[in-house]
Amino acid sequence: MDSALTLLGLVSLRPSYGYDLKQLYDRLFGLRKPLAFGQVYATIARMIRDGLLAPLGEEAGDGPDRKRYAVTPDGERRLAEWMFTPDVPSETLQNNIFAKTVVALLTGRDAHSLLDIQRACHMEQMRSLTRLKQGAGLMHVLLYDHALFHIEADLRWIDMTAARLTQLRDEVLA
Amino acid sequence: MTAILEARGLRKSFDRTEALRGVDVSIRRGEIVAIMGPSGSGKSTLLHCLAGVTVPDAGTVAFNGTPISTLDETARGKLRLTDFGFVFQFGQLLPELTALDNVAVPLLLAGERRGTAATRASEWLGRLGLDGKAQRRPQELSGGEAQRVAIARALVTKPAVLFADEPTGSLDSLAAEAVMRIMIDLVREAGTTVVVVTHDPRTAAYADRDIIVRDGHVSVALGEAA
Repeated sequence: MDSALTLLGLVSLRPSYGYDLKQLYDRLFGLRKPLAFGQVYATIARMIRDGLLAPLGEEAGDGPDRKRYAVTPDGERRLAEWMFTPDVPSETLQNNIFAKTVVALLTGRDAHSLLDIQRACHMEQMRSLTRLKQGAGLMHVLLYDHALFHIEADLRWIDMTAARLTQLRDEVLA
Repeated sequence: MTAILEARGLRKSFDRTEALRGVDVSIRRGEIVAIMGPSGSGKSTLLHCLAGVTVPDAGTVAFNGTPISTLDETARGKLRLTDFGFVFQFGQLLPELTALDNVAVPLLLAGERRGTAATRASEWLGRLGLDGKAQRRPQELSGGEAQRVAIARALVTKPAVLFADEPTGSLDSLAAEAVMRIMIDLVREAGTTVVVVTHDPRTAAYADRDIIVRDGHVSVALGEAA
């Protein structure tokens, strides 16, 4: 997640003080990791330097916590570009679990066990996210679901691989 | 904590296929356990043996310390009616009965009076969020609603153990989640032990732990060092 562009998006809602931005950011996105004030002001300063944000003129003389900021036309363009450019699906072709499995097969170690151990770890993570979901509001439920679906995809791969280990061993050792 | 269900050395074959090849399982009172594994791995056979539906070829199953695999069919039938509840993939509700009557059936079979059975069935429909659906027949309910009726029917006798075989298998993600959420809330409140067979990790994630069955064996996640 790009926290700078997310902040820019929040400013585009209305010109805002740094303090208010941090509060809004934390409420919407700070479930695991709230933003530090220092990071908010450093990000604002960088976006001003890049011409994406501007302090509102009438309060320009005060310290950073007394200023309101607004998105510039360049900032609006950058925001739209960010929002409507699709994210590249995360790189998974160099996956560590895959590498461990192949090395285990190559070196005669127990690949089944390593997949079982990984599977147990993934399931534990799913159980913990499912517990967090119970009683959570919709925003957090959707966030946990995003994580759950990704872990589930790994689990499906682990199960498929476990079922095809003999064939994979033959190919690896060929 | 003592085991409510304990299986030792379970073996079961169908024709020449060995579904279970020596399975040991111990389930504690109040625990929610998911049985997972690929299709044909033996997970449903394990559930059926634990529930006294299927008699294993070898090995024992004990419920509260009493062997059940050696009981005759009548005694096992009584046990299934009084101590165990069942939910299947397709609710298997009786199509000609209303939701209320479906839930009342196990109480009537256990000798409860009609009026009392109807009152308790109605309470359970309410707990499952089905107020107002009591007079609907199964075909007039959505898949998720029908499955919640099946859960009410399984829990109405206050069983010690609830056995669920792919309870969310025919539901979409949202309905599956609603069914699991409400089922887990109710069984946790009542302290019911649950054994749920599922191939769906999202359903299994509601359990306290999972047991993997692969090729008729229970697979344990231990490293080479263990």
